[in-house]
Amino acid sequence: MQQNTPIDVKSIDKDKVKMFLRVTLYLFVITVFEFAIAFTVPHEYKWVRIFIFVALTIVKAYYIMSEFMHLGHEKGALKMSILFPLLFVAFLLFILLFQADAIFQAVY
Amino acid sequence: MSSTAIEIEEKKDLWGGGVSPMNVSYGKLMMWFFLLSDAFTFSALLITYGLIRFSHPAFDGAIDDFVFSQEYWPVPEVVFEAVPFLHGVHLPLIFVGLMTFVLILSSVTMVLAVEAGERMDRKGVEKWMLWTLLGGIAFLSCQAWEWSHFITGTDMGSRLLDGSIFHGANLTMNEYGPPNFAALFFFITGFHGFHVFSGVMLNFMVFFQAVTGKLERTGHYEMIEKVGLYWHFVDLVWVFVFTFFYLV
Repeated sequence: MQQNTPIDVKSIDKDKVKMFLRVTLYLFVITVFEFAIAFTVPHEYKWVRIFIFVALTIVKAYYIMSEFMHLGHEKGALKMSILFPLLFVAFLLFILLFQADAIFQAVY
Repeated sequence: MSSTAIEIEEKKDLWGGGVSPMNVSYGKLMMWFFLLSDAFTFSALLITYGLIRFSHPAFDGAIDDFVFSQEYWPVPEVVFEAVPFLHGVHLPLIFVGLMTFVLILSSVTMVLAVEAGERMDRKGVEKWMLWTLLGGIAFLSCQAWEWSHFITGTDMGSRLLDGSIFHGANLTMNEYGPPNFAALFFFITGFHGFHVFSGVMLNFMVFFQAVTGKLERTGHYEMIEKVGLYWHFVDLVWVFVFTFFYLV
């Protein structure tokens, strides 16, 4: 093993690490908040609960994808190639929830 | 005028070959497209959960009156209320909350490993990859406990439609609610758990390559970034599984 060229180790990018820790804090706080909602908002308000949970989940997903997966700092073409196809997911969700209601009406 | 002309010229060159229009390497781009296809698979599973759940009656009484029954879909916070070493104590969702934090933290240590890799800091990569591995293994252990508790069931059990008392769950029967509830639990958390398992294997692979100096000799730590993308995706999916399976 000959190691002729010494490796040039750069110093820690403090701003970047700070940003990661801030995102961690956001994810932590949002999850704790979700717990608070789960145990304070009564189950009778089903759609309010679902709406809050889904909204907060999307916020968490945004931070994970944008900062941890670095997608927020990539070129627009890459962002769009990943995000646009996900519209199909919204479409599938939309049609299958209608289907679920139709099954429910037919059976019960 | 002239600036417009230059812009068009640049745009043409961007997609005209010879440069990377998205400014990422082939490996990272393919990892992104793999993750996109994987996102479709997980979306299909979770949307199927929604389809089956909303085609069953919901429990509409007060949460304190809830009992397990085959007649309606169970309320998840009553099903998932056990914590290791605290048998019989009602602690709804505490354990899955802990699992969520473990996975988020291992995502953070992964991102720090990537940051160390960008600086060619081999010691930093080794340290943070080790923490990431530990986080993944901790999550898998928690899930193993969660599964065995779900399969074993409660002391009381509950009455099935044929009148017999049944404890725990399998793919066709369960004490918590309609048969599909347990089947979906096994399929969705199992599919995610298998992704975590593969992620731990990949993490170990790049950790090994970092420790033996292979990545350093390559001259860059891009493997850490690619495996890191996969690992963050596993975390991302858990955020959705947590919401749709445990909270909603």
